[in-house]
Amino acid sequence: MNGAPVDEKTALEHGLTAEEFANFCTAIGRAPNLAELGVVSVMWSEHCSYKSSRAVLRDLPKEGPRVLQGPGENAGAVSIGDGLAAVFKIESHNHPSYIEPYHGAATGVGGILRDVFTMGARPIANLNSLRFGAFDHPRTRYLVSGVVSGVGGYGNCVGVPTVGGEIYFDRGYNENILVNAFTLGIVREDGIFRAEASGVGNPVLYVGSKTGRDGIHGASLLASSEFDDETEDKRPTVQVGDPFTEKLLIEACLELMERDAIVAIQDMGAAGLTSSSVEMADRGDVGICIDLDKVPKREEGMTPYEILLSESQERMLIVARAGSEEQVREVFRKWDLDAAVIGEVTDDRRLRVFAGGEEVVNLPVSPLANGAPVYERHSAPPTKQTELQRLSLADVPSPGDYNRCLLSLLAAPNIASREWVYSQYDHYVGGNTVVRPGSDAAVVRVKGTQKAIALSVDCNSRYCLLDPYVGAMTAVVEAARNVVCAGAEPIGVTDCLNFGNPEKPEVMWQFREAIKGIRDACNALSLPVVSGNVSFYNETDGRPIPPTPTIAMVGLMEDVRHHCVQWFESEGDLVIMLGRTREELGGSEYLATVHGLVRGTPPWMDLSVEKAVQAVCLEAIREGIVTSAHDLSEGGLAVGLAECCISGPGAPLGAEIELEASIRPDAWLFGESQSRIVVSVKSRHLSRLREIAAQRSTPLTVLGTVRGSRLRIGRLVDVDVTELRDTWSGALAKLMRGEEA
Amino acid sequence: MGTAMKCGVITFPGSLDDADTLYSVRQLLGFEGVALWHKDRDLQGVDFIVLPGGFSYGDYLRTGALARFAPVMESVVEFASNGGLVMGLCNGFQILCESGLLPGALVRNQSLRYVCAEVGVRVERSNTPFTNACKTGDVLRLPIKHGEGCFAADEATLGRLEENGQVLVRYVDESGDPTAAANPNGSLHNIAGIVNEAGNVFGMMPHAEHACDRLLGLEDGAKVFRSVEQWLLRGGRA
Repeated sequence: MNGAPVDEKTALEHGLTAEEFANFCTAIGRAPNLAELGVVSVMWSEHCSYKSSRAVLRDLPKEGPRVLQGPGENAGAVSIGDGLAAVFKIESHNHPSYIEPYHGAATGVGGILRDVFTMGARPIANLNSLRFGAFDHPRTRYLVSGVVSGVGGYGNCVGVPTVGGEIYFDRGYNENILVNAFTLGIVREDGIFRAEASGVGNPVLYVGSKTGRDGIHGASLLASSEFDDETEDKRPTVQVGDPFTEKLLIEACLELMERDAIVAIQDMGAAGLTSSSVEMADRGDVGICIDLDKVPKREEGMTPYEILLSESQERMLIVARAGSEEQVREVFRKWDLDAAVIGEVTDDRRLRVFAGGEEVVNLPVSPLANGAPVYERHSAPPTKQTELQRLSLADVPSPGDYNRCLLSLLAAPNIASREWVYSQYDHYVGGNTVVRPGSDAAVVRVKGTQKAIALSVDCNSRYCLLDPYVGAMTAVVEAARNVVCAGAEPIGVTDCLNFGNPEKPEVMWQFREAIKGIRDACNALSLPVVSGNVSFYNETDGRPIPPTPTIAMVGLMEDVRHHCVQWFESEGDLVIMLGRTREELGGSEYLATVHGLVRGTPPWMDLSVEKAVQAVCLEAIREGIVTSAHDLSEGGLAVGLAECCISGPGAPLGAEIELEASIRPDAWLFGESQSRIVVSVKSRHLSRLREIAAQRSTPLTVLGTVRGSRLRIGRLVDVDVTELRDTWSGALAKLMRGEEA
Repeated sequence: MGTAMKCGVITFPGSLDDADTLYSVRQLLGFEGVALWHKDRDLQGVDFIVLPGGFSYGDYLRTGALARFAPVMESVVEFASNGGLVMGLCNGFQILCESGLLPGALVRNQSLRYVCAEVGVRVERSNTPFTNACKTGDVLRLPIKHGEGCFAADEATLGRLEENGQVLVRYVDESGDPTAAANPNGSLHNIAGIVNEAGNVFGMMPHAEHACDRLLGLEDGAKVFRSVEQWLLRGGRA
C-alpha cells in the first residue's frame, strides 16, 4: 500500500474518536494511510453514517401498500396509481448556509434535486423549510436575504418551481440557522433507478462537472460538529453550485435513463466520490476499483485525498452496462457535459483506488458502510424541562384591546405574509402549479392524468422545545391537515430531523421523544416515512437549537378539480369550524408575541380526534360542498379567520362571527388548539356537512357568515379587512428593511 | 394555412420554459409544436418561432448574450429578415435584444431581486401579428418571473419606440394605468414588451405560455398565440 500509516492524532483531527480509530485499524488489520483515513473519516462521520440516530430511527413506520422505496436509497418513492410514483426527500444544508448563505442554500437545493432525479424521476416541485434567528440579531437580515436568494438563484435557474415552504424566526436559531430543502419528482413505477452496483466488469462512469478543491470535509468537519469561534474559517468547506450545469445534468441523465445503459446511479453529494462509490458497492455487495487519473479535474495537482473528498457539485457516478459506454458519452456530449470511464465493478468487495499507477486506497467496503459505528447514546430530559412547562393562565393578564392583539400577531414575523420570500421563487415553471404559495398546501397536477399532488412542510419548534413528543406529533398531523385542506389524502412523509449535539443526553432525549411522536402520529394516520435526513450538532458555543423535526407531507388528489384553497371566496357563505377549542395557551404565538412568554405545554393532541377531523374535511371537499378550508395553527382562530379574509388573490372579504367566547377570550381568539379547520360553505350544504361530521362524531360549530368589509368576532374584534391585509402583507418586507413591522 | 400552425420552440442549453411552451401550443392551443435545437440550423418549415424563457447558457456574461451565437440563431435572423414572425418571452426577449433583432436591453430589476408575480399588462396596439385577438386597452393578466427584466434604452430609442407604436404591452395597475407601483422591475415607461420596426419580431418579459390553462388560473396568454394564428390564417394582415 502506498503512503505511510497515520497515527491516532491525525485520526482525531479528522473527527474520529480514539476508539473508532482503533476499531477501524482492527477491522482492516493495519493502520490506514492518509487517503484511507480521509475515506473512513467521512464515511463514519455523523452526517454519512447516522451513527447516533440509526438505532432510534428503526422505530419509524416505513411500510405501506403504496411504498415502492423506503429509506436507504437516494430518495423514497410511493405509488400514486396509474403506474406512476412520487419520489421525494427533504435534506438539510444548515451549517454551510450559516457560513455562506447564498451558496450554502443554493447547493442545498442542488443536492436534493440530484437525489430525486438520480431515481429516474423528473423533479416537478421544490419546497423549503427555513429557520432564522430573531430580527434584532445583527446577522438575521443578511442571512435571510442570502438564503432566500440562494434558494431562488438555484431553483429558478434549473426550471423546477418552488411551490411552498415555511419560514420561522426564533432567537434559538440566532447562530445556527436551518435550511431544509425538499424535492418531489414523478417517475414511471417501472422506471425507478437505484444505487446498487452490480455486474463484475461493468464500467463505472463519472458524469457532470469537473472536480475541484471545494467542499472538502463538508460532511465530516462542517456538518458533524458544533459551531464555535473558528467557524468562519470553515468557509472553504462550503461548495459552490452551478445550476446551469445541473439543468443540463438533469436533462442528460433523464435522457440516458430512457435507454438501456444504466445499472446503478448515485449523486456525488456529501463526501463526493468516496461515499457514492462505497455506498453503491455496499448495496450491491461488490467491489469498486477507481483510477483517479481519469477523473475530470478543474485544478492541477490535486492529491488523491482531495479528489476523493471533494464535494464539487453537479456530479454523478454511474455503473453502466458493459458495452454501453459510447451511448453514455453520446448523450452527455449532446448536453456538453463530461463523461469519463474511471473504473469498474469488481468481485472483491473492496474499494481500490489508483493514482499515477499506484494503489492509494485498498479498503474492504463493508466496514466503511454497514460497519460504521452505531451508538446508543445516553438520554435524559433537560433539568429545566418541567419548569419550562409550568404555566398558570391565572398569571397571564387579559389584554383589553383584542384588535391591537390581532394586528400585532398579523405583523409578527412568524405569521406575516410570506410573499416577500416566495415572490423571489419561480412557482410557474413546469406548468403544473394549480395552487401557488400562500395557501395551506401547494397543489401541482400530474401531467397526463387527472391527478394532483398536494405538498406541505411543517414544524412548530416552540412546541417541540416544550414537549418534543407532542411537538413532533403535531408537526406530522399539521402537515397532514394542510394537505387535507387542499383536498388531498396524505400518502407519505419525509422528515428532516434538526437537533443539537447528540452526545448530550438532553439533546438525545429530545431526539428520542421526537421520533416517538413522529412514529405515533404516522401510525395513527397510516403514513410511511420513506426518506429523510438527520442533522445533528446544530449548536453554537454549547447552545443547541430548539428541536426541529421538520415534516414534509405528500398528498394525493385523484381528481385535480377537487383542489381547495384557504381563503373565503364569496359573500354569504357560512363560516364553520370543525373541531373543538380548549382553554389553552401554552407555546402559543400569542403568548410569545404579546406577553413575551415561551412556556407551558403545547396544545392538547388526540390522534383519533385529529384523524376524524381530517376525514370529515376531506370527504366534504371531495363531495364538492366546501368553498374554502383553512387549518388553524399559529395565532389561533382570530388569525386563521383573518387569513381566510385577506390571503386570497382578490379583494379581501369580511366576516361576521356572532358566536361569543365560552372560555377566556384570549384563549378563544388566539389559543392554538389542534385538530381544528375553518371551512366556508354555501348555506344549502350545511345539513350535509353536519351529517358527515356526525358520522365521525366531530364537533361542528357555525361561527358566522362571510360578509362586508370588516372582520367582527363577537364583541371582541372589529377591524377593517383592508387594515388587516396591509398590516399582514407588508410586515416581512418592513422587517427586512430594518423597520418596525 | 391548410393545417395547424407550425410553432417552433427553440431549446438552448439552460432554456427552462421550452417544454411548457410546447405543451401549451400542442395540448391547449392545438398547434403543431416543433422542438428546435440550438445546434441545428434547420427550422423545419415552421410558421412562427418562439424563443422561450430560462437561463440560456446560465446567463453567463449577460442574459441572452451567448445564445445569440448559437447556430440556430443564424437561421432565426434570416427567418426574421424575410418577415417571419418571431416571439421572445422573458429570456427570449433578452436574446432578441442581444442579437440586435430588437432595440434596447433588459437589465437588473430595480429592486435587485428576482420577482415572480402575476401582473397586468395593457395592450397598446391591436393591429399587430401578436395582439390582434385583443382590443387596444385590454389588460392581460400574465405571470412574470425574472431577475433582469428592467427595460432600458437611450432617450432617442425610447422616443422612436413610442412614436412608432412599437410598445405593445405596458405594466399597469388595476385601473389600467401605468403607475410606478404597477411596474414590477423599473422598466422605462413601464414597458413590458416591444416589436421591431417591421412589426414581425416581438419580445416581452411576461410569460404568455404560462397563461393558457384555466386549471392553472390564467388564460390571457392564449390571446397572444391566437393573434399569431389569426394573422397567419389571414395571410399576414390585421
